Amino acid sequence: MVIQPPNQQGVDVVNRTPGELTAALLADGGNDPTLLVQHLHRLQLEYSHVPADAVEVLAKGLGLTEAQVRGVIGYYSFLHESPRGDYDVRFSDSITDHMLGSRYLLQDLAGRLGVEPGVPRPDGRVTVTTTSCTGMCDQGPAILVNGRAVTRLDNHRIQSIAALIEHRTPLRDWPAAYFRVDDNIRRKGLLLNHPLRPGDAVVALLELGPERILDRIDAAHLLGRGGAGYNTARKWKFCRDADGGDDGRDRIVVCNADEGEPGTFKDRVLLTSYADQVFEGMTLCAGSIGARRGFLYLRGEYLYLREQLEQTLRQRRAAGLLGTGIGGRAGFDFDIQIHMGAGAYVCGEESALIESLEGKRGIPRVRPPYPVTHGYLGRPTVVNNVETLVKAAQIAVSGADWFKTAGTDRSTGTKLLSVSGDCERPGIYEFPFGVTIRTVLDACGAADPQAVQVSGAAGRTIPPGEFGRRIAFEDVGTAGAFMVFNNERDLLDMVQNFAHFFVHESCGFCTPCRVGGALVQALVDKLHAGHGSRYDTEELRTIGGLMKAASQCGLGVTAPNSVLDTLEKFPRIYESRLSQKDYEPSFDLDAALQEARDIAGRDDAGAHIRNGI
Amino acid sequence: MSGEGTFSLDGKTIAFQAGDTIMDAALRAGEYIPHLCHNPEFAPHGSCRVCIVDILGRNVSACTQPAAAGLEVKSNDPEINERRRKLLQMLFVEGNHVCPACEKSGACQLQAVAYYTGMLSPHFTHFFPQRALDASHPETVIDFNRCILCELCVRASRDIDGKGVFAIDGRGMIGSRLIIDSPSGRLGDSRFSADDKAAHVCPVGAILPKHHGYDRPIGERLYDRQPISLVGDVAAHDDEA
Repeated sequence: MVIQPPNQQGVDVVNRTPGELTAALLADGGNDPTLLVQHLHRLQLEYSHVPADAVEVLAKGLGLTEAQVRGVIGYYSFLHESPRGDYDVRFSDSITDHMLGSRYLLQDLAGRLGVEPGVPRPDGRVTVTTTSCTGMCDQGPAILVNGRAVTRLDNHRIQSIAALIEHRTPLRDWPAAYFRVDDNIRRKGLLLNHPLRPGDAVVALLELGPERILDRIDAAHLLGRGGAGYNTARKWKFCRDADGGDDGRDRIVVCNADEGEPGTFKDRVLLTSYADQVFEGMTLCAGSIGARRGFLYLRGEYLYLREQLEQTLRQRRAAGLLGTGIGGRAGFDFDIQIHMGAGAYVCGEESALIESLEGKRGIPRVRPPYPVTHGYLGRPTVVNNVETLVKAAQIAVSGADWFKTAGTDRSTGTKLLSVSGDCERPGIYEFPFGVTIRTVLDACGAADPQAVQVSGAAGRTIPPGEFGRRIAFEDVGTAGAFMVFNNERDLLDMVQNFAHFFVHESCGFCTPCRVGGALVQALVDKLHAGHGSRYDTEELRTIGGLMKAASQCGLGVTAPNSVLDTLEKFPRIYESRLSQKDYEPSFDLDAALQEARDIAGRDDAGAHIRNGI
Repeated sequence: MSGEGTFSLDGKTIAFQAGDTIMDAALRAGEYIPHLCHNPEFAPHGSCRVCIVDILGRNVSACTQPAAAGLEVKSNDPEINERRRKLLQMLFVEGNHVCPACEKSGACQLQAVAYYTGMLSPHFTHFFPQRALDASHPETVIDFNRCILCELCVRASRDIDGKGVFAIDGRGMIGSRLIIDSPSGRLGDSRFSADDKAAHVCPVGAILPKHHGYDRPIGERLYDRQPISLVGDVAAHDDEA
């Protein structure tokens, strides 16, 4: 389907002062500290930053210190204390965008606009910078402009965008085609073919009762589709059995739509064209476990989907599928709020997501206790992936046997794969679990593949000798990303891209991920530049091993995967770049003299050291 | 949480009470597990990871892991100690920790734990960040070069002093930093007082009292006299450090 351009945004004259807007946000129940990230996101969109007077008013209104509010702004990539440009342009920095030429387009746009990447133009008109994968890998290179996705960039579009910005053309007057986001569904299976209508799962729940619904999902052996593969029925039952407060329904259902893993975009498609089924799954969960409140945590990059998702929620309320007495059943009360993320990959980790939902910095929590007993505001909380919820709704209606017609014994059903990179037909492929990597490569038209990166930057690097392996929890598990690299590519570019990604996205809480990730990045950069030695590759193994063993959450545990996998399975990408020495210092004497040169105002040959002389 | 019972720590039997973590029970039994961000007066944090222990091949932070009957916990173990050394080396190269020139030398937990684990050098490439010093407060100085982001001051000011003077800003290694709640962002303009709990919990030399830096000479300080495994946290020895 086609997404129309936004009707707001751009460079319209701001009528309200930040103080006035903040006061309005805080009115009518808006003085709840859990809304902090939502208010900041709104202020950022309106003023291209969070002005200082808004920080003061927010802190007072929410009962926080100003330093706490600043700490939250500083945590999220899309929030800023100083103004960005009127047009805030962010190039998706996924390796697949790089492969489609995004870095050249960024330089081209920055050059045309006379702006230094990352720094607002002195007249305040524009900022051009990068951002982590925006989930448009099948139609990149992509950018966000004032939070709105623009796809399929090429030289012509860049030229046109530069002119639109120079002419201060509001976003709503930009060509609609720029904002078009295609679903690119290439292969449908059980999930994408299911004719589920709004209310079908609710009817099933009311007819069968919660216990039999849970039995169905249990019998279907539905495992979480977000990557971890936890048993969905077990998660729901743990939450149901946890203390539900005074009325026994003070539980929370969260849909994790923070699809931040580079190369993953299947949830984008489900939220675009299967949103009713997502909400159906949430409502089914609520009715099965006894929950009154639901949240859809939508990644900031998918802001363009918000209005149509709100519209779907309104329709469901009007149809009696949300609100009080759902499906005519007294006491079945449940409603869903959409919370926006603001640019933080780690918020896809469920406990970090809950912190963010509470309006805080998205730092993963110490576990145990787990969210099913102590989640949002300490209440029992189910956090499920978008795809998992759709499947749960379908299983409620069609049964476990139907679901198990696809897949393997241990990995039942199908999996949505987000295919991108070097192939003829990038897009969404629904395959039964157990499909071989080679079959997927053939389906998407991947000629001459050198490697497949399964499950994104946090996933595994698969060499051709392993293309016979299967996508399944018992073999190659995945959250959905499937990035293809042909033999023309330098895989060390991928490793370097991922190393930088994890440094950018590490929350900074625990030592091994915070510092280890930065050390890995420095070593990969050194190797990439041809200054590495065998010593450095051994260092990478040691640091990677420590990160895997000692990190607090999955981000740090998976961050070194691509380094460790390629060291083992693609050693030539390192060996071909090693300098001949066993050891080469990371210390560059000439570079170290730069500060002295700056002070002395010299840059002549005599002020440099070359070749150690 | 489990009820009462015992678990094994490096082969020794440790009794625990309901609600204990491995660290709680070990400290009560007089067994030292190296740590930096943990202080028994505060809720467990688990960020420094120096207190990792091995349980069935998995590394968990002892300060956050609930004790359970029958666990076999390895702490003073060659592999675990090697990992701890690496973590300490990471903390050393992340900031600017120059022990010979540091006013806290001899009473610094980072230094003392490094000695305890046998860390001989920082090993990794130094990042040499440029961080300012805040000497705006009449009684206390903050040297951000030595901050290890343990958040003990954040927790103390928020949970005990009720002031919320400190917070963490940013993300990742480049961004994360301790900030101060005041109009100028400086300590001197904040509600901080040298009598605050937050002034007495820093395990390293980031928050230091002015005018008394060398009242006790280097060489006669807490960890100059005895190893940290015997005397424990510097915060518990405020008067004699």
